[in-house]
Amino acid sequence: MSAAVTHPESSRLSRGGSGATKGRRVYKRRLSPALLFMAPSAIILGAFVFWPIIQSLYYSFFNWTIGAVDQQWVGFGNYIELFHDPRFWNALGVTLIFTISTVAIVVVIGFMVALLLLRETLITRIIRSVFFFPTIVSLVSIGLVWKFLLDPSIGLVGGLTQLLGITPVAWLQSTHLALPSVIFVAVWRNVGFAMVLFVAGLKGVPVERYEAARLDGANDRQVTAFVTLPSIRPTLLFTTLILTIQSFQVFDLVYVMTGGGPLFVTDSLVNELYREGFVNFRTGYASAISWVLFAIIMIISALQLRFFRYNDVD
Amino acid sequence: MSTSAARLTRTTAGFAAVFKWILLGIGVVLALVPFIWMVSGSFRGEADLFGNPASLFPTSWTLHGYIGVWQQLPFLRLLLNSFIFAGVTTTLCLLFDSLTAYALARLRFRGRTVAFVLVIATLMVPFQVTLIPVFIELFHLNWLNTYQGLIIPRATSAFGIFLLRQFFISIPTELDEAARIDGAGHLRIYWTIIMPLAKPALATVAILNFVNLWNDLLWPLVITSSPDMLTLPAGLTLFGGQHVTDHAVLLAGATISLLPIAIGFFFAQKYFVAGVATTGLK
Repeated sequence: MSAAVTHPESSRLSRGGSGATKGRRVYKRRLSPALLFMAPSAIILGAFVFWPIIQSLYYSFFNWTIGAVDQQWVGFGNYIELFHDPRFWNALGVTLIFTISTVAIVVVIGFMVALLLLRETLITRIIRSVFFFPTIVSLVSIGLVWKFLLDPSIGLVGGLTQLLGITPVAWLQSTHLALPSVIFVAVWRNVGFAMVLFVAGLKGVPVERYEAARLDGANDRQVTAFVTLPSIRPTLLFTTLILTIQSFQVFDLVYVMTGGGPLFVTDSLVNELYREGFVNFRTGYASAISWVLFAIIMIISALQLRFFRYNDVD
Repeated sequence: MSTSAARLTRTTAGFAAVFKWILLGIGVVLALVPFIWMVSGSFRGEADLFGNPASLFPTSWTLHGYIGVWQQLPFLRLLLNSFIFAGVTTTLCLLFDSLTAYALARLRFRGRTVAFVLVIATLMVPFQVTLIPVFIELFHLNWLNTYQGLIIPRATSAFGIFLLRQFFISIPTELDEAARIDGAGHLRIYWTIIMPLAKPALATVAILNFVNLWNDLLWPLVITSSPDMLTLPAGLTLFGGQHVTDHAVLLAGATISLLPIAIGFFFAQKYFVAGVATTGLK
């Protein structure tokens, strides 16, 4: 990011002339095209991102009803209610379990797959495409297909287990198995994403480092631990960060596969937000949830940055 | 002794290679089977699905899923809405993002750094935080259930601005300086020099945006409620939960909604991967 700020442009400025008045006139003339160029994006970002962020915080202090003239101020009431709401703690727990499991498994498997597919041959390239493909398919289609695949009466999974003499399991209807099933599908979808990032990261490691380690007599495992992993730490950080933020906002998969059930065992934070905001129309309460979500994502991002930098010092 | 040790290493290496390809083979099967089952399931009848759940392929082929999609859903409308939403929004994004990126990369003005930092900052805000206030704004504008309501709030992307700005900076300034000596203004430099050179970056941003918008569920679900305005993912989800219980129909819908993305991926895979890989370079 810092490289961007120090972009040299002094050569262009000098063309404007040396006198103070002349220089000022040039400066003014340059201000307006910049504003014109940025106007569409600035208006959209202002109206539909920046202002709504402030609005959202404002709503969270009200018992807000859409379209009403008088709104009831409740101060921190929504937040207090939230922290006494078992539904919220349940959703937070579900989201945490989902995020930690998904990210951990995706990063480990994605890294191993990347190591196996590092070489550039036709076959590795084809396999990489196959693994990457689910990443670009809509979660609605994926959720729908897996919901049917896991269905005990029509699904392939049940059909195959039946061939082995095992009664088909109702994965998504079980309070024990529903969340692991959703996690499995999320892992299935995201391994290719992590793999692509890791392959790009691994290709950036200078060959000399490997050669030096080999000369020092390092074995495969030592090379991975002391050369590969430290060298791709930025990629590792970025991948876990992106996956964590994405997973924390899980909605589509849950909404399509289970709707949050059975008995709320897959009810994620965003699913709760959607229900409170757009089904129950509790605007203020849902805004409070969104700010808690925002805060948690910020804290997790900061912790991850810290954690990886801490290791850097070692 | 040394030869036997060498042979041992060679056999373990052989085993490792075999093991590696077996693992990858299982992975490929796991990745592909759901899609094969989805397409094949869209050609199967209910009796076949319930009768032969262990079969990957139809025992008898039927087109009733594809016929049902048009009869039981406002499918043409869903398809059209998806194309309008994803297509128009992506086009506007490319235009607006590149204009802003040009200003941030090529123009000198007070507050440029601040503007850039603000754009980056929006990347860190979860989309759900703005969802409720934007919904209320659109409600007051009477833009709910309209194309402008679906499109305008999404017609610029902070990530697109960031990516294009990085690319524009890498284009040598000598080119636009030469053009300026010839009397070209900024708009002309932007359109005739920078934009043609930025085609790979524009393709990456376009594909990334189109795929995200085409696949999006939460946004169209919140902004539209009338069946006339739903997009494919929202329509499939809502109808799948309510009226349509025929599996083949929903699988046919999912298959058709996947087609544009799959075809695009087949022909322009490089840009799909570049989109993801460049996010990794940030």
